[in-house]
Amino acid sequence: MRSSYLPIAVAVAVLALLPLGTSSNTTLNFLSFALIVALAAQGWNILGGYGGQFSFGHAAFFGTGAYGMALLQVRFGINPWLALPLATLLGAVVGAAIGALSFRARLRGSYFALVTLAFAEVFRILANAWGFTGGAAGVLVPLRIEAANMQFADRVTFYWLVLACVAAGLVLTQAMARARFGAWLVAVRENEEAARALGVDSLAVKLRAITLSSGITALAGGLYAQKFLYLDAGIAYGSWISVEALLAPIIGGLGTVFGPLVGALVLLGLGEATKIALGHALGGAVPGADLVVFGVLLILCVAFAPRGLLGLGADVRRLLRRPA
Amino acid sequence: MLPLDIFLSAMANGLMMGAVYALVALGLTLVYGVLHIINFAHGATLTAAMYAVYVAHAMLGVDPYLALPGLAAIFFALGYLVQRWVIGPASHGDDSNILLVTLGLSIIMENALLAGFRSDTRSIDVPYGFSVVEVGNLFLSTPKLVAFAGSFVVAALLWLLLARTDTGRAIRAVAKEKTGAALVGVRVEHIYAVTFGLGAACLAVAACLLMPTFLVNPRIGNAFVLVAFTIVVLGGMGSIPGALIGGLFVGVVESLSGLYLGESLGQIGIFLIFILVLLARPTGLFGARA
Repeated sequence: MRSSYLPIAVAVAVLALLPLGTSSNTTLNFLSFALIVALAAQGWNILGGYGGQFSFGHAAFFGTGAYGMALLQVRFGINPWLALPLATLLGAVVGAAIGALSFRARLRGSYFALVTLAFAEVFRILANAWGFTGGAAGVLVPLRIEAANMQFADRVTFYWLVLACVAAGLVLTQAMARARFGAWLVAVRENEEAARALGVDSLAVKLRAITLSSGITALAGGLYAQKFLYLDAGIAYGSWISVEALLAPIIGGLGTVFGPLVGALVLLGLGEATKIALGHALGGAVPGADLVVFGVLLILCVAFAPRGLLGLGADVRRLLRRPA
Repeated sequence: MLPLDIFLSAMANGLMMGAVYALVALGLTLVYGVLHIINFAHGATLTAAMYAVYVAHAMLGVDPYLALPGLAAIFFALGYLVQRWVIGPASHGDDSNILLVTLGLSIIMENALLAGFRSDTRSIDVPYGFSVVEVGNLFLSTPKLVAFAGSFVVAALLWLLLARTDTGRAIRAVAKEKTGAALVGVRVEHIYAVTFGLGAACLAVAACLLMPTFLVNPRIGNAFVLVAFTIVVLGGMGSIPGALIGGLFVGVVESLSGLYLGESLGQIGIFLIFILVLLARPTGLFGARA
């Protein structure tokens, strides 16, 4: 029973020790960013991977968490350690509201993808136009390096904080997958009518899933705001995070505990490698080149590895174990 | 209250823009009506077509209107090949896979264009770019009037193709009942690819009509595609008259809300319509099928 949590402990331990091998700030920034994306993707994976409801607009939750974190500090003077859970809660409330509207209207498949995309765009335009959110100029969280202010002199500390949140996300996902709720959610994904016929309240299940999902993604947004201390509407509510939160689980392994984490690390690692390689080859940065790689990976995964890299790994292991 | 002339000119501009929106939406709704999928690469394809017009003009000196037939043919071929050799095989016939594959295609196209042309906004300079036609007290831009008329011509041609030709009959048969169509000898994969090609050709035409008065950057398609989604949802997924009426309506709403609310909030009107229609009546105002 408990052994199913062992891989999580091992993975988190490895990730925790990883920065000790390097003192490079670039590497640490990259790792923190990758884990923030992984956390956002873990949120997406609960609704999209386990629940089968593909959201194209998780930026709505990421951005709400990020703006929540920044504005609670800047406008209301709330301590970041309190602001982070509040921002998470805010994201979950927004998720529950969007979920209530769209799932009650029986939107699914492409329609659900479209409506989430539209909500994220509305938020982006509002945040860009409203003075309270800093408008187009964005919002800057003042630099005040103190542990009590969740700003650390040492980049490793913030990395560990993000890692702790990712670890919590992994444990939560594992617990959910093993609980009755996880089974209901998968049943709704596989065949909603059949699940309803067996007495599963599919609306309630989907609502719980989107609330949990948006909360986790909002937490990632809050961490992003605190890491970079600056936000504008294009960063917080931009389509980049909707896309990356969706790509990571699909590439890693849809509806699996480790899928989003593996996917985010592979995806962003490859993106970074592409940028560096092309930068060397052409003598300058090529904007968008890393995203071209993401798009190709997405299509290749859908075509050849529908269960993602983790599924591919399992297949390869099975092939190797079987004597030829 | 604004003077009547300003209101009327905003209306006219909205109608002319709306016709081009309708053209973009036409491609989207056609693909949806037949393949029952939402093509997320639609916006990026429009961007690519606009860059093709730009390149044809800037490097080869071809006028956008003269480039129109050639580009329409090229984009038809590209659309055909992409559906036949990429989207079809990669998605294993699963709807959510098609959604993801077209999303992947749009990411690739948008960023390949970004890598190739950088994020600068570009436009082309044609001698008739600023010429106007005087109608009463209104000055209407000639290229925009051409775009307005051109969109209706394309819609009419598309309708003729669907109503009067064997290919059109096959497309409608596949849209209604693809297993039945396959049983009577229609090559479904071929028809899917033809439909996809027609959608892409609509975008090439739209790009040629737009470029004399518009600008292009790697993300311009996104602005259009969300509007096009709104139109398609409003007009009913798969409905050609719906796309036309929806396009004109959205063009006018955008123009008037821009006039009264200002540019940045003006866009919100469209998204709110979109969300409301999706939530309240996802089959669209003119849609027949549930």
